[in-house]
Amino acid sequence: MSVPTTHFVTLAAVLFAVGAGGVLLRRSGISTLLGIELMLNAVNLTLVAFARQHGDLHGQVFVFFIMAVAAAEVAVGLGLLVAIFRHQQSIDVDRLNVLRW
Amino acid sequence: MELAVFFAAAVVAVATGVVAVAHRNPVINVMSLVVTFFCVAVCYALLAAPFLAAAQILVYAGAILVLFLFVVMLLNAPLAESDQPRKLQRIFGLAAAALVGLGGAALAVVAIPGAGEGVVEGTAAAIGRLLVGPHLLAFELVSVLLLAALVGAMVLVKRKA
Repeated sequence: MSVPTTHFVTLAAVLFAVGAGGVLLRRSGISTLLGIELMLNAVNLTLVAFARQHGDLHGQVFVFFIMAVAAAEVAVGLGLLVAIFRHQQSIDVDRLNVLRW
Repeated sequence: MELAVFFAAAVVAVATGVVAVAHRNPVINVMSLVVTFFCVAVCYALLAAPFLAAAQILVYAGAILVLFLFVVMLLNAPLAESDQPRKLQRIFGLAAAALVGLGGAALAVVAIPGAGEGVVEGTAAAIGRLLVGPHLLAFELVSVLLLAALVGAMVLVKRKA
């Protein structure tokens, strides 16, 4: 017996909430990026679940593109984090309060 | 059987996900997120998406989180001295996360009809045919995006000469 779609979407909602909590509650830049990754994965899980529900592979292609964009996002995000750390010896996002290089 | 595998994967995914965002040691954060992503890959396999399950492990667990690990080691940042959320931040953050989670779960339970249509297996061949067929333009644009990200990351990290 296959697992119903509802189970997967519920799991995805919980994972998304955990990721959102990480982004909202932590002040370290790395934790923020990890939370974003977790949220992206939760959304991917939802898309794959609905792709199976509708018997349509386009959802899975969409997930493939999201993975590629996430990889690009992480590369740039971590690059920014390294640059910020060089600039002020800290990755506490609360300290980033000047729009000045 | 599949249901048992799903529940095992779901419990491990949520537990390691919480560790990944809550623990104070960034290395433990990243390593437990690796386990979370493996569990998500198990879910993809259960959802008739073998190609995405493999891609999930290769791209997320294999590439993205290794990149995270490199940056954690490279920065060697002190375990953020003040990484305590402020009071308002804690209240609103927890409330917002709980709202999103409960809302999404409630919608999932209420709004999704039970049985789906016929299942299509997402093999590499089937996905590939869609990628170079109807989605060819997006596929090519992704390569440009990845190149831009590559160059952008190098420019950002490069020390000023």
